[in-house]
Amino acid sequence: MYTFSSRLKTIALVLMVLGILGIGYSFFTAPKTVEDVEKILAADSHHGGGHADAAHHEPAAHDAHAATTEETHAPAAEAAHDTAHAHAVAATETAHGEHDTVHTEAAVAAHDDHGTAEAAHADAHAAHGEEAHDAHAEHQHHLEHVLGQLQNKPWSAVYVAALFFMLISLGALAFYAIQNAAQAGWSPVLFRVMEGVSSYLIPGAIIVFLILVAGTMDLHKIFIWMDKDVVAEDHLIQAKSGYLNKVFFLIRAAIFMGGWILYRQYARKNSLAQDDATDNSFYKKNFKASAGFLVFFIVTESIMSWDWIMSVDPHWYSTLFGWYVFASFFVSGITVIAMITLYLKSLGHLEYVNTSHIHDLAKFMFGISVFWTYLWFSQFMLIWYADIPEEIVYFKMRIENYNLPFFGMVAMNFVFPVLILINTDFKRLSWIVVMAGIVILCGHYIDFFNMIMPATVGDQWFIGAGEIGAILFFLGLFIFVVFTALTKAPLLAKRNPLIEESKHFHY
Amino acid sequence: MSSHYEAPIRKPLIIGDKNYHDVTVDVAAPVEGRANKQWWIAFSIALAAFLWGVACVSYTVGTGIGTWGSNKTIGWAWDITNFVWWVGIGHAGTLISAVLLLFRQKWRMAINRSAEAMTIFSVIQAAMFPVFHMGRPWLAYWVMPIPNQFGSLWVNFNSPLLWDVFAISTYLSVSLVFWWTGLLPDFAMLRDRAITPFTKKVYSILSFGWSGRAKDWQRFEEVSLVLAGLATPLVLSVHTIVSFDFATSVIPGWHTTILPPYFVAGAIFSGFAMVNTLLIIMRKLSNLEAYITIQHIELMNIIIMITGSIVGIAYITELFVAWYSGVEYEQYAFLNRATGPYWWSYALMMTCNVISPQVMWFKKIRTSIYVSFVISIVVNIGMWFERFVIIVTSLHRDYLPSSWTMFQPTFVDAGFFIGTIGFFFVLFLLYSRSFPVIAQAEVKSIMKTSSETYKKLREQGGHDNHSHSENNHH
Repeated sequence: MYTFSSRLKTIALVLMVLGILGIGYSFFTAPKTVEDVEKILAADSHHGGGHADAAHHEPAAHDAHAATTEETHAPAAEAAHDTAHAHAVAATETAHGEHDTVHTEAAVAAHDDHGTAEAAHADAHAAHGEEAHDAHAEHQHHLEHVLGQLQNKPWSAVYVAALFFMLISLGALAFYAIQNAAQAGWSPVLFRVMEGVSSYLIPGAIIVFLILVAGTMDLHKIFIWMDKDVVAEDHLIQAKSGYLNKVFFLIRAAIFMGGWILYRQYARKNSLAQDDATDNSFYKKNFKASAGFLVFFIVTESIMSWDWIMSVDPHWYSTLFGWYVFASFFVSGITVIAMITLYLKSLGHLEYVNTSHIHDLAKFMFGISVFWTYLWFSQFMLIWYADIPEEIVYFKMRIENYNLPFFGMVAMNFVFPVLILINTDFKRLSWIVVMAGIVILCGHYIDFFNMIMPATVGDQWFIGAGEIGAILFFLGLFIFVVFTALTKAPLLAKRNPLIEESKHFHY
Repeated sequence: MSSHYEAPIRKPLIIGDKNYHDVTVDVAAPVEGRANKQWWIAFSIALAAFLWGVACVSYTVGTGIGTWGSNKTIGWAWDITNFVWWVGIGHAGTLISAVLLLFRQKWRMAINRSAEAMTIFSVIQAAMFPVFHMGRPWLAYWVMPIPNQFGSLWVNFNSPLLWDVFAISTYLSVSLVFWWTGLLPDFAMLRDRAITPFTKKVYSILSFGWSGRAKDWQRFEEVSLVLAGLATPLVLSVHTIVSFDFATSVIPGWHTTILPPYFVAGAIFSGFAMVNTLLIIMRKLSNLEAYITIQHIELMNIIIMITGSIVGIAYITELFVAWYSGVEYEQYAFLNRATGPYWWSYALMMTCNVISPQVMWFKKIRTSIYVSFVISIVVNIGMWFERFVIIVTSLHRDYLPSSWTMFQPTFVDAGFFIGTIGFFFVLFLLYSRSFPVIAQAEVKSIMKTSSETYKKLREQGGHDNHSHSENNHH
């Protein structure tokens, strides 16, 4: 039996405490009023131009106000001038402030009624003229917009980290189900590790669910479509309200999380029962449950990714999105399995795990990293190539405002692991696998960061106390829950019919 | 490579009382024997269909593309439908030989040779469509970036149709090399058994002087693994690039990001169905039931079921996102698929691809040879219609209602397609009589772990492995 070392427990608790301090600090220091925002922006104004200037550009300002810093003014304004479509585009990304909805309104109306770019353009301008003939009001709107973003920031930081760690656990659970359903002969000695990692699903899912509930109670603005005022002005979101509404959203979340947890608990129970069984009946039950879970999983995973991630940009859509999200957390889940296996092995707990098992896990880390990149590229390239305004805003926003995280994650999630893990000997070296694993995990955190933040905090992002605090808190909680679960049962699944194959596994 | 111990719950992959020599004899028999009447009948029909296809293609090239049913709105129809269909079928071969090798699936060994043959023959069929759907196929060499006398006039590398050229030609080359490498030990076996000087000569040339030394085997294994590692991304990228032909466009119904993985899943789906169709017949006619067992068919059915479900999820995703997007063109494209003039092809595609593989959840059904055979054909019909639906229904009604039209194929369209089916079977029938259709060297390598004979021997031996490990445990 494994015992949770007091040192590791202390580390986990320290991480949680530090995390709470960081999260608390970021909530505490978030601006409360527009005056606070003005001070922050004034402090930032050395970025060139300065914000106050922009607000007083008489004719141009009403288009440019969609962007919040001088750097993004030009492209956003350009887009806004191009066609009515592009106008909608500029609004889509920044639609979180009420003042932006007029863009959408105008553009959507133009799209429906006139069709020609010129007419729509004039229309949009007219609509604007009424709304913002006063530059001061314009500036005020802008400040409120930034205030909304900055108030969203600590919430988003917590949400990204909470989602990321919960999905790691779900990824490991999916991997476990696949191993069961495929009757894999190599992996049963790792089953208890996988069950341990998946134990975080319960607290993780509850926390994510609470954050979603907080959204429906208007405590944060991560999901802008939950904002009644925004929806009232936004025809596109109104058209989606049959799907994007608070009640249905929470029901879906509850069903998905409930289903996953149910399988996890059931499989774990059978797995433990199989240890003392006299026949293979529990193994067979798990085989069937795993196949059933995988069907449930592929459906719920897709919908989950539309609900919890894609809907933060409620105007944007991509059919590939669900599978892309899956690849991201699946590889993270496998990586965590590998790292925890190596840790337990280094303490001498996993007697039968040898370098061949590690090699296989590292191959999965390598292969799924390539698969993630394939999906990332497919989604990015197809949208870049066709350059349809409704879709391209998503990447335009990210490349302009999140350039380093956006392309940096491709290096971390693809270039580095592929180069280091292609070598067979390297895949058997613990330190290489751990190093690659750390880079992969950081890279996929950034992937989730890139998916959520541009929609919730826009260009006001930075990785500060709130973000790091949230990572530390959930990392501590994850370690605490997972390693507690690992102490609950022997680390070798004893009577699994494939365990002997797994013990003798050599590649 | 694999463990010495095999769990008792695994069923034997070679059934009957077979030894190494039996494998050799069984695999060599169809090559060494003479073709029977049925073979000649099948061959004649295939050849006639092929020749009819040649006539239709000659007519097209001589007279013009206008002999086809395509029109100004629907510039792509049966030509590209058939192209994607054949490429898709070809994917299962690589899947079986490469992906199943990477996943150490021993059951692939009895089917990989024929699956790869199927890949190569169907990619050859596919490759004809990009050439003969050209208005001026004699200028096809212009797609290659060759220095020339037009001031070095170059190709534009931005077109997925050009990527297709590279994808398909690379895919065919790599598949061919992968297949041929695996054939070396088997050709050597036929060479060593040959009685007539002619066959001796032929198989000596084909087997490249393979002598089966330890060093050769070691390198052989390594090459197979590397090629499998290369072929896996290749197989994904090839069909992805084929999907880019549509997905990079701005046509509603075509421009959707899910197409790359969804086309790949569809390719595996239809490819496995075709393997099942061919092998169910082959195991019977070539007396290979001991090697291509019910378990093999069941496992292929499971893969068909899984990929069919993935395809089903993709269909639903497309439908949902079309609604969710709020783009009326996108919404109409799917409304048109379901309720427009081609509703029947959409209904056929949905029934064949989404519903039919779901019956495989029942063990009784997926272990029934007859049902498997029927479903495998149903799936291939469904997958043909999937491509037809994607291509034609998206084109015949898109942005401008004044450009809406219908598509009616001509006999030339059909003739070309029939011709490729004929040509495929000409090649496959010739293959089945001259090539070792089962990789006997590979099958022999699993004899001691997975044959019925050895499994029984081990059981009688009193659970040697088990007691051994029990001792280890304490």
